[in-house]
Amino acid sequence: MKKPYQSLEVNSTNNMKQVIHRKLSATIFRLSLVILLTFSMTLSAQEGDPAKGKSLFNANCAACHKLDKKMTGPALRNVEQRLSDDEGLDRDWLSAWIRNSSGVIKSGDAYANKIYNEFGGAAMTAFPQLSDEDISNILAYTAEEAKAPAAAATTQVGATQASGSGDSVSNKLILGALAVLFALLAFALILVNKTLRKFAEAKGVDIETEDKSVPLWKAFAQNQFLVLVTVIFFLLASAYFVYGYLSQVGVDQGYQPVQPIHFSHKIHAGDNGIDCKYCHSSARVSKTSGIPSLNVCMNCHKSVYEYTGETTAEYTKEFYDGEIQKLYAAAGWNDADQKYSGTPQPVKWVRIHNLPDFAYFNHSQHVTVAGLECQTCHGPVEEMEIVSQHAPLTMGWCINCHRETNVKVKDNAYYTKIHEELSKKYGVEQLTAAQMGGLECGKCHY
Amino acid sequence: MSSNKKYWKSVEELNENSSIVETLKQNEFVEEIPTDEFLGDKDTLESSSTTRRDFLKYVGFSTAAASLAACEGPVIKSIPYVVQPEEIIPGVANYYATTIANGFDFASVLVKTREGRPIKIENNSMAVANGSANARVNASVLGLYDSLRVQGPMRGQEAISWTELDNAVMQKLEALKGSGKDIVLLTQTFASPSTSKLISEFKEKYGNVRHVVYDAVSESAALDAYQAKYGERALANYDFSKAMTIVSVGADFLGDWQGGGFDSGYAKNKVPNHGKMSRHIQFESNMSLTGANADKRVPLTPTQQKIALAKLYSYVVGGSVSGDLPEALDKAVRQAASQLKKAGSNGVVVTGLQDVNAQTVVLEINEALKAKAFDITSPIQTRQGNDKAVNALVADMKAGKVGALIMSGVNPLYTLPNASDFAEGLKNENLTSVCFSMKADETASVATYIAAAPHYLESWGDVEMKKGHFALTQPTIRPLFDTKQFQDALLKWTGKEESFHDYIKQNWKTSIVSGGSFNKALHDGVFVAGSSFGGANAGSSTTTEITSKLNDKKDRTWVGGIIHDAAVGVGIKEEDKDSYTTTSTTTSNVGTLSGVSTPSGGDAARALAASAKTSELELTLYTKTGMGDGQQANNPWLQEFPDPITRTTWDNYLTMSAQDAKKFGVKNWHVATGGLNSSLVELTVNGITEVVPVIIQPGQAVGSLGMSFGFGRKNGLKEEMQTGKNAFPFYQNFNTVQSNVSLKVIPGEHEFACVQLHNTLMGRGDIIKETTLEIFNTKDKSHFNAIPVVSYNHEEIPVTSKDADLWDEFDRSIGHHFNLSIDLNACTGCGACVIACHAENNVPVVGKEEIRRSRDMHWLRIDRYYSSEESFAGDNEKKDNISGLSSSLSEFGELEQASDNPQVAFQPVMCQHCNHAPCETVCPVAATSHGRQGQNHMAYNRCVGTRYCANNCPYKVRRFNWFLYNGNDEFDYHMNDDLGRMVLNPDVVVRSRGVMEKCSMCIQMTQKTILDAKRDGREIKDGEFQTACSAACSSGAMVFGDINDKDSKVAELLEDKRMYHLLEHVGTKPNVQYHTKVRNTTEA
Repeated sequence: MKKPYQSLEVNSTNNMKQVIHRKLSATIFRLSLVILLTFSMTLSAQEGDPAKGKSLFNANCAACHKLDKKMTGPALRNVEQRLSDDEGLDRDWLSAWIRNSSGVIKSGDAYANKIYNEFGGAAMTAFPQLSDEDISNILAYTAEEAKAPAAAATTQVGATQASGSGDSVSNKLILGALAVLFALLAFALILVNKTLRKFAEAKGVDIETEDKSVPLWKAFAQNQFLVLVTVIFFLLASAYFVYGYLSQVGVDQGYQPVQPIHFSHKIHAGDNGIDCKYCHSSARVSKTSGIPSLNVCMNCHKSVYEYTGETTAEYTKEFYDGEIQKLYAAAGWNDADQKYSGTPQPVKWVRIHNLPDFAYFNHSQHVTVAGLECQTCHGPVEEMEIVSQHAPLTMGWCINCHRETNVKVKDNAYYTKIHEELSKKYGVEQLTAAQMGGLECGKCHY
Repeated sequence: MSSNKKYWKSVEELNENSSIVETLKQNEFVEEIPTDEFLGDKDTLESSSTTRRDFLKYVGFSTAAASLAACEGPVIKSIPYVVQPEEIIPGVANYYATTIANGFDFASVLVKTREGRPIKIENNSMAVANGSANARVNASVLGLYDSLRVQGPMRGQEAISWTELDNAVMQKLEALKGSGKDIVLLTQTFASPSTSKLISEFKEKYGNVRHVVYDAVSESAALDAYQAKYGERALANYDFSKAMTIVSVGADFLGDWQGGGFDSGYAKNKVPNHGKMSRHIQFESNMSLTGANADKRVPLTPTQQKIALAKLYSYVVGGSVSGDLPEALDKAVRQAASQLKKAGSNGVVVTGLQDVNAQTVVLEINEALKAKAFDITSPIQTRQGNDKAVNALVADMKAGKVGALIMSGVNPLYTLPNASDFAEGLKNENLTSVCFSMKADETASVATYIAAAPHYLESWGDVEMKKGHFALTQPTIRPLFDTKQFQDALLKWTGKEESFHDYIKQNWKTSIVSGGSFNKALHDGVFVAGSSFGGANAGSSTTTEITSKLNDKKDRTWVGGIIHDAAVGVGIKEEDKDSYTTTSTTTSNVGTLSGVSTPSGGDAARALAASAKTSELELTLYTKTGMGDGQQANNPWLQEFPDPITRTTWDNYLTMSAQDAKKFGVKNWHVATGGLNSSLVELTVNGITEVVPVIIQPGQAVGSLGMSFGFGRKNGLKEEMQTGKNAFPFYQNFNTVQSNVSLKVIPGEHEFACVQLHNTLMGRGDIIKETTLEIFNTKDKSHFNAIPVVSYNHEEIPVTSKDADLWDEFDRSIGHHFNLSIDLNACTGCGACVIACHAENNVPVVGKEEIRRSRDMHWLRIDRYYSSEESFAGDNEKKDNISGLSSSLSEFGELEQASDNPQVAFQPVMCQHCNHAPCETVCPVAATSHGRQGQNHMAYNRCVGTRYCANNCPYKVRRFNWFLYNGNDEFDYHMNDDLGRMVLNPDVVVRSRGVMEKCSMCIQMTQKTILDAKRDGREIKDGEFQTACSAACSSGAMVFGDINDKDSKVAELLEDKRMYHLLEHVGTKPNVQYHTKVRNTTEA
């Protein structure tokens, strides 16, 4: 969190320097302007609604701007104040810039061109639809003091931890009390037993000793039938378990390898509700779902440079931010300069779902044609912090699904004729994938 | 009747007393397998250091170890792109149009790429110019992943950088400027407008530059003849789809004659259409692919060919020529001539004789016929080599007149007949030689510098295959190695900074597409300039425009199909000769051709007729369908590609007639495994001697020998690929016919690896059906394509009827039902499908030894059957024969003796996908089963390798993986190195050891077509379904489709009266249809 502030400071000192070097004649002019602007700023601060401004900012500006961090565009905290202090530019200039930045650049405005060049010659999108009120709301939001979110987060974590430990303490207490209770009971029983024996001795009652007949194991060993049955039982049981063991060889259900970058599907697909196929886009058209290339990650992570969601003791904000830094390193992205270094380090992900070579599987058939949800086979990925293999990926598993699942024929001209004829032949309303030929060997093995 | 013919595969079968044939009918092997020798020898068994107990211990341990090792799954890494290129989606193939132009093969192709790797070559349907992808072009993709490629520029053995090479070469070139010594560019035929322009700019810069174009297999005589007549150094184009009568004298035009690519046009008229089909008469000495397809083939020696051609000229055009031909041959020539005259402009004559006179005569005949198939408006540009210029260069090099030699696309030390002279010249220390080559081949390895050249799939380029028909070459992958193409280097040396890509683009924009879109041309891969002749490259500075005006045609009048002035007896009068006005000559060749005089047709014919036999034997050199000129010799697919005629793989040899073999004591025999062995002979041609094996070739003209180019290479080849003997040293004066030949048998034997010859037909001669056009036109189906009958309730019923069926029919009327149709008439046996199948289905290469043991893995084979006319009842040929003069009977009879001139039929056979498949019922583990769509599925992972299925298959199409071909150092072919594996199709599994495999009817392709339609939500149109073989077939012989789609072409073919199924009486109900071969035996 410190870094953005630092960069901000650097920025402002730079600006100061430039100001100092200006001619004296301008100073007076500037002074008057400052007074004027301070006046107007206070005005705007009064008239703008930071809450409305925030939503407007998020809707329109957040793709390229942050309050405290340089991104595609400059950081915008106190932008109005800074502009008027350092550059002597007023609200009108800002409004003109927001509504038509390229116009301002073309007019030859010095500061506009400076900014334009500083950010790689990319003009800001024009927002002619923003009214004066909207702009003042946004500026009011940018003028808000920065919160101390880190502290808040820590307290939050602290609170959860506290409540968590509270739970475990109460559990232990109950368990301890129970243990003590049982110990007391046992002790009481021994005491009772002892007392009763003493009474018996005193009264001269004989306590029956154990029967001296054949011991149970000997009796068992002598009964050949029982031995045979037991042996058969054990053989069958072991065969059962050996078979069970062998048939799970090569089945990697639950396989959950450690990945080079801790990518949380829970955060992306769950918390943020990103569609699976946004990243795994080739699942729509190709046999493979495709591991997203790093440029897809950078679509968002150019602006999402820190994690702001819920954290736990294990997965702290620092942890997640560190993982984002790993992504930057891999993509060769220099976050401070907002530039690619050109020396990427491709990420070697560990493949989780491994179908053998002799089985042909096509994602697009299932995703696009059949319209299946990804979760049908991959499980609740949106809840997985670390992805694991949900399905066994065995042939039996494939076949069962093909037997039970109806073919999605609606609005698909390919199926019209064949479905009509086949369903008549089988006398069913809806054909399953199996009836359509989905169990034939050659459909998956070639 | 058709089925009375006797079909045979090897000469051995004709020998009625052959014990081998008898044994093979009963047993799998000719000789007993010597098991007793091994097991019966108690001493050896006991002396073994491994006891039975030890053996069991080892078995137990290795089983336990293997199962333990299997418990731990491997960790598989997935590495995505950092920035994924927009056009690449992993798992989806991209196609790019490009053009191969390696100096021997020129074709417009589509390249299938997966994840950026080119994996397969397909035909570009937009390319109308000749040159569909043949077997070699299909296989060329593997050359990209050749592990022996030169990986960067080299000075001798030392790797250097391109900057070093560029500087050194430029320094040398500057030094040579004005020194009196020549800078020579010795290149293949590029036929590239942009390269020509670039070379002329290079010439301008350095002045003393000479460009010598060199074709390994020269067409110089044809070029000279054409140039003399039409003023342009090119080859006449032939469109055989416009010819109904084709007479070929020694031209293997279905092979590589004049650049090849004529087969699709030829096949169009070979299919009987409304009772008509073309008639093809072939005069030749070797049994060529073309001769095998001919309706009538006349074997005769090269000298006789010349006389025959001269006589043909005199019969067709007029004039009398001397020259002696045996009566039978003369009659055949007369018949051909009368047929040609009858056909008029529908006739055409071609020749492959490397003789200016012969070529001139052919041009004259075609002119006289006004042959529609004969096209001089868009002549072929793909052969431009100039023998005289090459010879002059060799002489100059020896004399030290050459200061720098820059070579590209040529390997003269291998292909030159006088390679030693060239080597001597190359050794000259004042000569700096740069060789642009993909390999450290014979030439590159002794050149001063090896400039590592890219494969054509990594290069830019353009080609003008025929005048006005342009094609573009574009890279389909980034260069795998540190390579630079010739043109890029030339640009640099000319002092230009641009790349050849920019150069082509600029050149095309200004002079070729002229206003059109370069991008569209690049997308299509081809561009046809305005149809008017001469306007094609108007404004192009590359080849200076040549205008030929044909005048003085008026004197030759066409009356009743006979040339009027033929009666004069002198052929075409001197003053009648086509005069042409040449505005300028081509810039790309040295002007040594001005000395070529233009003989008139008559003079040429007389000169031809005067040719006399100088020795007992004559050798005709040819190129094989698989190997061509040998530049792809390191390609295992092509090495293992069986020769269409001899069915021999991994070899070349001398072909000889049975009569000559008897005379010289040369033998062919089969050994225990069924492999073919031969005697060795010492062949001496013009004083050069080589020891070669011999194959006794039915149909080889007595007194002639044949030998193919392309083999015997040593440098830059894996050891396994160094097969055969080099025939180029025999190629004196660049003439494919050599007469000063002698041979003697020497002790020793040679082992061949042939396919198809291991077993007999087991009496199932009806596997192939053929008939004559006359019968086909006049009789009904039962005469030429009868369905076999069986007795049922004492009545004869056809085997196809329900009652004759052992099994219940499965209802296949719903959904798709695939059928593959193969027309034996259209199939020329070119073998493009065989290689396409290899590439599509990851078929392994097994090597010479394994092939010899009949363990070939070809999923698709093209069987070749010989048959004799002797038993061909109702054969007109025979009738003619009898009615002939009694004196000629003996000679003619000799000509038609069984093995002397057999008829040949090709039959592609792959898994027949029987609806009642015998293989399916015998599989103990149900690894092979039938799909509703008609395909016979094979689940490799289920197969345990009992091979029952292969034994029960009547078509013998199942292949067993005896070894792990993809991970076994014994099989060092492309599947065993990481580079070679890049060519594998990721949609088809690579089979393992102990597994049976076979044609799947490209189920991965049909499934993809279905899936694409499902995704788009549309129905599938006819023609969308393809298999690798049907897509590769440019002659239209193979048609694939869905017979449940009643409007489809394949459904229509199913009802054709020529349609039959292989071994119909077995009742397997195959899903592969065959169409009876019809021969046009009608004599005029």
